[in-house]
Amino acid sequence: MASPTPGVRSDGFDTQWRINSVAVSRTTNFRGVSPVAVIEVSNLRKKYGEHIAVDDVSFTVERGEIFGILGPNGAGKTTTVECVEGLRPADGGTISVLGMRPQDVRERVGVQLQTSQLPEKMRVREAMDLFASFYPRPADGAKLLDDLGLTAKRDARYKDLSGGQQQRLAIALALVGDPEIAFLDELTTGLDPQARRDTWQLIEGVRDRGVTVVLVTHFMEEAERLCDRLALVDSGRIVAIDTPAGLVSRVDGGGQRLRFRPSVSFPDSLLTALPEVTGIARTASQVVVSGNGNLLQAVSAALTAHNVVALDLRVEQTNLEDAFMALTGRELEGE
Amino acid sequence: MTGLSRLTGSEFRLMFRDPGVFFVLGIPILLVLIFGLIPAMSSPSPDFGGGRFIDYYVPVLVTMIIAMLSLNVLAGVLGTYRERGVLRRLGVTPVRPAALLMAQALVNLAVLLAMTVALLLIANLAFDVPMPRQLPGFLLALVLSIGAMFGLGLVIAALAPNGKAANGIGTVLFFPLGFLAGLWTPGPLMPSAIRHIADFSPLGAGVQAMQRAWDGSFPEPLHLIVLVAYTAGLGFLAAKVFRWD
Repeated sequence: MASPTPGVRSDGFDTQWRINSVAVSRTTNFRGVSPVAVIEVSNLRKKYGEHIAVDDVSFTVERGEIFGILGPNGAGKTTTVECVEGLRPADGGTISVLGMRPQDVRERVGVQLQTSQLPEKMRVREAMDLFASFYPRPADGAKLLDDLGLTAKRDARYKDLSGGQQQRLAIALALVGDPEIAFLDELTTGLDPQARRDTWQLIEGVRDRGVTVVLVTHFMEEAERLCDRLALVDSGRIVAIDTPAGLVSRVDGGGQRLRFRPSVSFPDSLLTALPEVTGIARTASQVVVSGNGNLLQAVSAALTAHNVVALDLRVEQTNLEDAFMALTGRELEGE
Repeated sequence: MTGLSRLTGSEFRLMFRDPGVFFVLGIPILLVLIFGLIPAMSSPSPDFGGGRFIDYYVPVLVTMIIAMLSLNVLAGVLGTYRERGVLRRLGVTPVRPAALLMAQALVNLAVLLAMTVALLLIANLAFDVPMPRQLPGFLLALVLSIGAMFGLGLVIAALAPNGKAANGIGTVLFFPLGFLAGLWTPGPLMPSAIRHIADFSPLGAGVQAMQRAWDGSFPEPLHLIVLVAYTAGLGFLAAKVFRWD
C-alpha cells in the first residue's frame, strides 16, 4: 500500500506536479482565492421506467474540495454522478462540468466506476499505459502505481489481482489522465481497514494537488474523514448539504450522548434541570442523555449527589449517522 | 479516432493470450492438410465433375475461418467486455467505446486475412489448388461475407447477457451456418433442395460466390445481393440493439 509516512504522502505527487506546470497554474491559482464552482448541477432528474432514481437534485462543487455524496444504497448517488460523468443522459435539469457539457470535458476528468472491470488477461502496466495514452497530458503512471502499492504487481494480469488490488488499480486509472476533477464511486469497497486508511491518505494527497474530488459513499466514516462538504442523499433527493461538522451540529447542537443503566430509578427532572442536558430518553433498561459542553461531568455529579450509580456508562459523539437519522428518520448503513 | 491504434495493439496482445485462438487458427489449416493428404480427396472424382474434393473444400474453409472469428471470437470478446463494464469504463475516457468495437473488428479482420492467405498458399503450394481466377470477384465475395458475419457477431454480442452466452449462441449458430456453407457436403455434393436454402444464408451465399470466382467467373448477382442485404440488415440491427452497459 501507499507508504503511511506523512512526508511521502505530501511530497508524493509534487515531483510529477512540477512537470505539469501548466496544470499547476491552472488549478493552484484558484485554490484558496474565492470559491469557483467546477460542477454545477441544477434540478437534475432521472427516471428508470416508473422509478424516480434522482428527483430534483441541485448542488455545486467548488474547485479543490472533496465533495461527498453520502446516502444509503439505492438512494440515487451513483445515478447522480453517472449523469454528471456524462455516462447517462438526464431526464431533466442542467449539468455543467468545468463550464461545459459532461461529454465535452472527458480529457479533464477522471472516473472510477463502481462496477467496471478490465479484460482478464490485461496486465497492470498495460492498463496504465493504455489509459494514459487516451489523455493529452497523462500523469506519471509508475509513480501512481507506487503510491497505490501496485508496483510489485506491474506485470500481474488483472484476474490475478485481489479485489483490493483491482480497486486500487481502478483508482490509479481514474488519476492517470492527471484530471482536474476525479469522480470516485465507493472507492474503498472491498479494501481491508489498512488499505482503506492508506487510500484515504492518497485521496487527501490528490486533493492537496488541487484536484477536485467527488466522492460517492455510503460509508459514514469515510465521508467524515475526507469530505470538505457533503450532500446527504435519500430516496433520490438531497436532504442537506453542509460540512460534516455543520451536518452534525444540526443534531442536538452536535453534542454528545451518554448511555447508561441506572442502579436505582430517578426522575427525569434531576437531569433535565442541568444546562448541559438537551434531552433524555429511556429504553427498557437504559437511559440516553443528550447534550453538550461538559455533559459527562455535569451528569455524573448530579447522579452521584442523589446516590445513583451509572452502570455500563458510555459516551457517544454525535456523528453523521445521527445527522442522517435525524434528517431522514432512517439509518444510513442499513445492511 | 482517438486511441484506436493503442486499443488495436492492446486487443492484439489480449487475443493471442487466449489459448482458444490457436484452436480457431489451427482448425482450418489442419483440415486442408488432412484432406490434402487423403488420396481420395485430392484426386479427380466423378462426384466433382472430374474435379477434386479439396478444390471445392478450400472456399468452404475460408467461410469457416470467417464464421469462427465472428461467432466465437468477436461476439464472445465484445459480450464479455459489455458484461464486465469495460465498454462503460471506456465511455468515461476521451475514447469512445465505439473505438473498442473498431479495434476488435480490425484485429479479427487482420487475423482472418492472414489465415485466408495462409490457407490459400498451403492449398496451392502443397496440393495444387489453384488461386481464385476471378480475383476481384473473390475479394468482393470475401469482403461481403466478412461484413455479413461481423454484423451477426455484433448482434449476438448485443443480445447475449454475457460473454459465455455470446460464445454459446455463436457455437450453436456455427453448425447450421456451416452446414449451409457445405462444411459436410461441399460443392456438388450438396443436395439441390438444400442449396436453394443455402443461397439465402450468409455463408451459403458467400461460399458459392467465392466458388464462382475460383472457377473464373464473376459471382452471381443473387449471392452478392444476399450478402449485401445481410451486411446492411445485421449492421443496422446491431447499431440499434447494441448496449454499452
